[in-house]
Amino acid sequence: MKISHAHEDAALERTRGWLDRIGDPVLRAITFSAAALAVTILGLIAYELVSGSRLAFRSFGLGFITSQTWDTIHNQFGALSLIFGTAVTAVLATLIATPLAIAIALFLTELAPKHVRSLLGALVEMLAAIPSVILGLWGILILGPFVQNQLEPFLGSTLGFLPFFRGQHSPTGILTAVLILTIMIVPIVASVTRELLTTVPSELREGALALGATRWEMVRGVLLPAARPGILAAVALGFGRAVGEAMAVLMTIGGTIGIHLSLFGHSDTLAARIAGQYNGASTNLQTSSLVYLATILLVISLAVNIGAQFLIKPIDRRPRRQRIALDRAFEAQGLSAD
Amino acid sequence: MEAIRTKIEVAGAGLRPVVGERQAVFEARDVSVFYGDQLAIDNVNIDIYQHLITAIIGPSGCGKSTFIRTLNRMTDLVPGARLSGQVRYRGIDLYGPGVDAVEVRRRIGMVFQKPNPFPKSIYDNVAYGLRILGMRNGLDERVERALRSAALWDEVKDRLGDTALGLSGGQQQRLCIARAIAVEPEVILFDEPASALDPISTSAIEDLMHELKRDYTLVIVTHNMQQAARVADMTAFFGLEVAPDESRRGVLVEYDETEKIFTNPSDKRTEDYITGRFG
Repeated sequence: MKISHAHEDAALERTRGWLDRIGDPVLRAITFSAAALAVTILGLIAYELVSGSRLAFRSFGLGFITSQTWDTIHNQFGALSLIFGTAVTAVLATLIATPLAIAIALFLTELAPKHVRSLLGALVEMLAAIPSVILGLWGILILGPFVQNQLEPFLGSTLGFLPFFRGQHSPTGILTAVLILTIMIVPIVASVTRELLTTVPSELREGALALGATRWEMVRGVLLPAARPGILAAVALGFGRAVGEAMAVLMTIGGTIGIHLSLFGHSDTLAARIAGQYNGASTNLQTSSLVYLATILLVISLAVNIGAQFLIKPIDRRPRRQRIALDRAFEAQGLSAD
Repeated sequence: MEAIRTKIEVAGAGLRPVVGERQAVFEARDVSVFYGDQLAIDNVNIDIYQHLITAIIGPSGCGKSTFIRTLNRMTDLVPGARLSGQVRYRGIDLYGPGVDAVEVRRRIGMVFQKPNPFPKSIYDNVAYGLRILGMRNGLDERVERALRSAALWDEVKDRLGDTALGLSGGQQQRLCIARAIAVEPEVILFDEPASALDPISTSAIEDLMHELKRDYTLVIVTHNMQQAARVADMTAFFGLEVAPDESRRGVLVEYDETEKIFTNPSDKRTEDYITGRFG
């Protein structure tokens, strides 16, 4: 029998159409420029901020960061009080939101009946879709009066021996802003955590339960540790959101300068101050000082982001991979890796 | 099944003499499992004996895994799963009122098809069960003993703090066995423990099972008939039965001493499966 080769005379040259041939280079060009665009925009923003804050930098130098003053009449500006306000509100909101969000995620993935899961999950995510100005409005109309008339008197009478819960009751202030921020970041952290928990293999859950673990012991000892790096990243994401939020904070925090321990008192954050004063700035120095604030905010946000990435990255990734590879190589030869 | 009395020699019998007739650890009576409306296994009756290795073999989808999971109430974890009949463990109905599934699983350990070490250190994998069960005194010794029993100690003793995920598949499975042994169960269930492993690791697991049967009662689900023939004292053959409405369910076809099942089965269906004429 004669074996006939198909296409015996056809050389291996390209026969694809014109459109087919340029597909790969075009794809590469489009994706590369998209990636380049993102980097360029970040660079441009950083450049604009630095150049915009030059005037303020020349006047106040790095002392801007350590000065509490924000005096529009005498044209004296400093960021410390705003950095303080930003840190306090963001940290407290994250501290309150994290356990809540993890609890929601655990309920949705481990405990809730199947048909409740998707409905409730969608509702939680919808909470994240509420525009921050609406949350701010709600903060003024509903939450503020509640904080003033119920929450602050209660905290004052039970925990008033602590300096954090003293002072005049007010519908606006750090406490109200913290609660609004908490409401904003809970759905973010919860939905990311929920995604993470669903990726933990069910074999791990079964492994723990088969050892006689209760559901809680399984969650605490196996599930949460397995998802820990991702949960930390989700928390960092929420923290970043809280640091950068302007509108809802502007509407609820009271907008005053000064550093104090009382959570009932007014304060202000970097983002809220920029949003609140930029349009009404009366001098070039004030405008430039606001841009200086923006530069500080950007640095903080980027630092949080980079910090989060370090948290996620398992420190021993490379050596471990190498170890696995080594083990396999040895085992293939019937040897032990030790 | 009652007719079966101790005839074959039980390995390790010198350590724990088996007197008179075998002692049944599990007695399954008319056990049926439903997933929703679907009948998965139908009316299984079987006694599983102490200090023997009992293998459950059969084609895919015949309910082997479903059955073994009824023995430590892992069935509970499947939403919509329902069991009728009785599974008695040392005379106690496992599904009776007042029986705590967590306590059941503590006494009846399980090793799964896919090695599932926790993303923790080798040491903490073994210590996890001990810690949650409050067996904290002499933790180091207990961990070492479990790892030795699982024939893993020599390979890992110098890197107990390393992550268990860095172990090979065979080592991971032996770690899972060590983890199960550490909490001192009475029975260990193996759900296709070697199906994801290479032949060398498989044979290590099989040797280990022979060792373990001195102290434990072992039940193994396997799709590998040679494996059943190598390790098991008793073998149960599960088959698929097609109902008039074309729905399929698993039934226990034949249960006997392994040698009898593989050399002289009583049921035509077992013979067909054993000789490869299944289907």
